[in-house]
Amino acid sequence: MALLQRVAEQGRRVVRFTLDGRPVEALEGDTVMTAMLTNGDRLRRAEFADSPRAGFCMMGACQDCWVRTEEGERLRACGTFIAEGMRLLSTGEWTS
Amino acid sequence: MSELLPPVIVGAGPAGIRAAERLVAAGLRPVVVDEAARWGGQIYRQPPDGGFTRPKTALYGFEAGKADALHRAMAAIRDRVDYRPRTLVWNCEAGALDLLSEGASEALPFSHLILATGATDRVLPFPGWTLPGVFTLGGSQVALKFQGCAVGRRVAFLGTGPLLYLVAYQYLKAGVEVAGVFDTTPFAAQARATAGMLRDPATLAKGLLFVGWLRAHGVPIHNGVRPVRAEGAERVDALVWRDARGQVRRTACDAVAFGLGLRSETQLADLAGCRFRFDEADRAWLPERDGAGRSSVPGVYLAGDGSGIAGADAAELAGERAALALLEDLGRPVEAARVKELDGRLARIVAFRRSLSAAFPFPADWADAIADDTMICRCEGVTAGAVREVARSGQAREMNRAKALTRAGMGRCQGRMCSATTAELLSRTLGTGPYGVGRLRAQPPIKPLPIATVVPSPPRGEGQGEGDALRGPGRSTALFQPATNAPPRIPLTQPSPRFRRTEGPSVASAQTSFAHERGGEGTDDGREVA
Repeated sequence: MALLQRVAEQGRRVVRFTLDGRPVEALEGDTVMTAMLTNGDRLRRAEFADSPRAGFCMMGACQDCWVRTEEGERLRACGTFIAEGMRLLSTGEWTS
Repeated sequence: MSELLPPVIVGAGPAGIRAAERLVAAGLRPVVVDEAARWGGQIYRQPPDGGFTRPKTALYGFEAGKADALHRAMAAIRDRVDYRPRTLVWNCEAGALDLLSEGASEALPFSHLILATGATDRVLPFPGWTLPGVFTLGGSQVALKFQGCAVGRRVAFLGTGPLLYLVAYQYLKAGVEVAGVFDTTPFAAQARATAGMLRDPATLAKGLLFVGWLRAHGVPIHNGVRPVRAEGAERVDALVWRDARGQVRRTACDAVAFGLGLRSETQLADLAGCRFRFDEADRAWLPERDGAGRSSVPGVYLAGDGSGIAGADAAELAGERAALALLEDLGRPVEAARVKELDGRLARIVAFRRSLSAAFPFPADWADAIADDTMICRCEGVTAGAVREVARSGQAREMNRAKALTRAGMGRCQGRMCSATTAELLSRTLGTGPYGVGRLRAQPPIKPLPIATVVPSPPRGEGQGEGDALRGPGRSTALFQPATNAPPRIPLTQPSPRFRRTEGPSVASAQTSFAHERGGEGTDDGREVA
């Protein structure tokens, strides 16, 4: 299920957030991308093709990792750190 | 007036840090602007604050000493630089940079600017390359170094360049199963190039060690490979590839780490007005720089991979060299012996780079094999066929026209991921060579801005703001104009034009693309109120 696999640095403090309404856990210092992809296998579906996406460059260049929060905020997942109580979405399509 | 401005360095990687160190040693207080939260750049990227415990030897391997030295160099001058982490430079125009930090934009006027903007992976598409589980080689390394994560349980490494073997080795060392190394370079080409690489025995030895280590652990290494497709419905479950003899083979894996060398981040140099030239070795248009790092624009200096790929060691030397050039141009004394030493070491690295390029050549035929229905643009789903069609029909003979007609290069990434492909497809359809189709013009903002960004009318140095129609007249007094009485210089709130496939190819003008690029995207710090 998880796309990213933790292989080190697992002694960090746990951070709780929700992914598509489901309560899940990440670790302090995780990016939103790491937090989502250690709990699932995509970040969003692409706007122009009904295909799942999970980021690509991880360094802020490709802009393929934008995700939405339940509040309607958009975050670039590779450049934003996870925070307690975030409510992130990987479902649904973007049309804007 | 301009001499009162502190020098500005963009980028806190190897080049930026060494430049800052040299300027501080001369008694200046440079501004160092960097997108990351911590200094080090990509190659020596530091883990986030809080709870990460791996030592530098685990993070950087053989390069731990260099990484540590660089990190310490910046720590040592930290109180003597105006360090701006988590800050995006989104424009460079009329003697000022536009910065975005914490959701607010600010103009930073400069008289002397060192651009050390670095590089990202160069990629070409193949069917399935947008599937979850396909990441760049650099990104796969970032996951491991910065997050302690592997991109999969069983990872295939595909492409060419030094990173291919380095990252495969690092994954193996981290306990991840490596499904194979799929090198696009024919074995004979690599063997021939080895002789030239003897110029730098240490680097050659490291490369051989990586290969030897991989082989000793049973990792298959294939040369002369071309990808057929990444397979999977919702995520990768196999890499299908063609071997050197033309046989199609399938390797089960749950991730593909992929890259074809590096691509310089040149947008700011372009916006600064630097003259570009086509570089055969990098197969890319690069801002011109002399041996010292001076660009064609007085006061603008270039250092590191952002103006030509030469690696981290060269970047450290070039950063210091550019700072010395800047000091010379300010009329400050510089140590001639140090200049000579740096020039000599840089020249040797350049010679070595030629051998490295021969060992990891760009697979020029790859583009011919891209099927017309393959998506080349991750942002907007543009296909290879669309680009070939505008070339064949004579509508586009260069990159910017092709962008206007197909939208390749017009999406959020502004061509970072697709421009190498578009150049190959256009030039091979037209028979011009990549030189012949020109380069994408950089457009501000160079990365998406939040729609709510407050963009004040910027202060501009005297005599530097003329003709700046987009921004309105420059002001030389207030540093920040409150949003209430500062109409945005540019229509940030203009709605994005929608692109619907059913409407056929969009023939968008430069103006609408401009608005589109601004509309509704997010900040580099990662946040946007939609």
